[in-house]
Amino acid sequence: MRALRTLGPIVVVLAVLLALIAAANPFFLEPAGFLAFLKRAAPLVILAAGQYFVIVSGEFDLSVGSLVTVQVVVAARLIDGDEAATWPVLALLVAIGLLIGLANGVITTALRVPSFITTLGMMLVLSGAVFLWTGGAPRGALSEAFRTFGRKDLGPVPWSVLILLAAGGAAIALMRSDFGRRLVAAGDNERAASLSGVRVNRTRTLAFVLSGLAAAVAGILLGGFAGVSAQVGQGLEFQAITAVVLGGVALGGGRGSVAAAMAGAFTLEALFTLLNLYGISGALEFAVQGVIIIAAVAAGAVRLPLRRTAHV
Amino acid sequence: MSDHADSAVARRAAAPEPAVPPPGGPAPEDGQRRARDGAGNGGGRRWAGIGPTQVIYLALLGVMAAGWVLVAIDGGDFLTLETVVGIQQRSAALGIVAVGQTLAILAGSLDLSVAYVISLTSLVAAEIMAGRDGGILPALAAALAVSALIGLVNGLVITRLQVHAFIATLGTALIVKGVLDHLYDGPAGRVPESFQRLGYDRLGPVPVSALLWAGVAAAAWFLLRRTRLGYRIYAVGGDAEVARLSGVRTGRVIVATHVLCSVCAGIAGLLLASRLGAGAPTVGTDGGYDLESIAAVVLGGTALAGGRGGVGGTVGGVLLLAVLDSVFNQLEVNAFAKDVVRGVVIVAAVAVYARRTSRRRSR
Repeated sequence: MRALRTLGPIVVVLAVLLALIAAANPFFLEPAGFLAFLKRAAPLVILAAGQYFVIVSGEFDLSVGSLVTVQVVVAARLIDGDEAATWPVLALLVAIGLLIGLANGVITTALRVPSFITTLGMMLVLSGAVFLWTGGAPRGALSEAFRTFGRKDLGPVPWSVLILLAAGGAAIALMRSDFGRRLVAAGDNERAASLSGVRVNRTRTLAFVLSGLAAAVAGILLGGFAGVSAQVGQGLEFQAITAVVLGGVALGGGRGSVAAAMAGAFTLEALFTLLNLYGISGALEFAVQGVIIIAAVAAGAVRLPLRRTAHV
Repeated sequence: MSDHADSAVARRAAAPEPAVPPPGGPAPEDGQRRARDGAGNGGGRRWAGIGPTQVIYLALLGVMAAGWVLVAIDGGDFLTLETVVGIQQRSAALGIVAVGQTLAILAGSLDLSVAYVISLTSLVAAEIMAGRDGGILPALAAALAVSALIGLVNGLVITRLQVHAFIATLGTALIVKGVLDHLYDGPAGRVPESFQRLGYDRLGPVPVSALLWAGVAAAAWFLLRRTRLGYRIYAVGGDAEVARLSGVRTGRVIVATHVLCSVCAGIAGLLLASRLGAGAPTVGTDGGYDLESIAAVVLGGTALAGGRGGVGGTVGGVLLLAVLDSVFNQLEVNAFAKDVVRGVVIVAAVAVYARRTSRRRSR
């Protein structure tokens, strides 16, 4: 029951979708089938966790999609098939993620630019810069060692699932720490938080850094899983935000849990899987997806106590 | 949008109190008047400084001067008739979308579906025209009706179903995208020659498309400044709760802005169809009209949270982007470098406004 309270109605939706998948494809119930699903979902779930930190603090991060593309393209060009370059490049990618997050955070908090615009500008800068550097298309190749994380297994369990567990655990632990409380407080009521001693700017900046880190990890996983392409991160920012909102987290900040946000990402991924299974792949998939997202968020809103909200 | 009762209470307690003036600022009613002043004309009366609208036009002059110098150093001639016409041509479609987007943003909402609405209306129009002159009027009617309908859906989902505008319009965008991808693989329909004149004719140095943009902008300016709906848009965007308590039907206002925003996107779709000579399922997304229109609005000094700004700033913002584009084209700058500079310019401009606003009003 406690899980239902912190996670909210999204777990019910997720359970129904998983049951529908299992009904159509019994392989899904076997460990291998379910692990394959988790592996596919891992990058989006990690991105959603990162996006959650930013959203719950009252901001947006639209730059994560292009940041993922940057990660993959930079990795491919720098590694260029050279196994020895794997680890230094991995370190560099994480550093890039942290740095971009820091830049987003500082511009948003110190220069007081709305994060929608900061991260929109960052999205333009990142995608422009990386293709300026590679001459318009991705070049080079990833090493085997790099692809291990997105593609290979450790024993029976895929690496990406292990990374997902670690990242998810860390995210939940973070939200239970003082930092998590400060973050929610800053998103709920900036002024009250700052009067009670929360350094709002520093806390928010840290949220952006975490989102950058999540994008770095997701980029590393996606590079291994899906390979190198210029479109690898396209639209991921909207998917991540959608996942977070599906989890019942309020845009504008202050409400919702990180576990629910990750459940939202699983739900979105389950929805993709289900649409594929029932052959609604391709074009109409988007239409169905759009209807379901609106319906799910609307259903979440109806459950609210009767209170006239100023929807912004 | 959550069922955490405790934080809901906290939020209610923290909700802006209409009766108590915010620290460092005048009472809300006053704040609204100030907001309208800050939006442009007459801004200097109450404020010794200059408002964002003036800033954007100063920036526009600055960029034009810098562009002129750079192009001259490069051995070119910046302010030729050709470039001036080019700037107007390039900015007309984005300008029309951005005017609509201004209305939605002023009311505290935003519309991410405009790019797909543009593609859809270009196809609807071109398919109905099918190259016949007689098809023009029905095509115009159908395209505008379709876009108004999408706007109505956006508005109703936001107000009745209480879905955040970001998600609601993203959802309708996905739906329209799905339908477009399902029905079309490439350009379709044909626009008669007479309709193509909308995209290519000009009166002296002024293209017809720029006149269309000016007309749309003037209509939006009139709506915001001279009509009851306009005042209500500012009121709802400034503080929806206060507006509601003062008897404004906030839901209707938001629905109206979304219908108008979508219709503007529809007009832009018609304009693009007349340029292309056909409808195209990717014309809206290729132009990036969704995020770019929002960027242009904010560049023009309209607050993303709503309630402050105006159409004049948006026109300046769109022109600034178009002038930048034109300078880059003349200097033959790489397309990716353009994106980098555009991103930096947008963020830098908004940072400048933010500094000015925070000096006036401590939050």
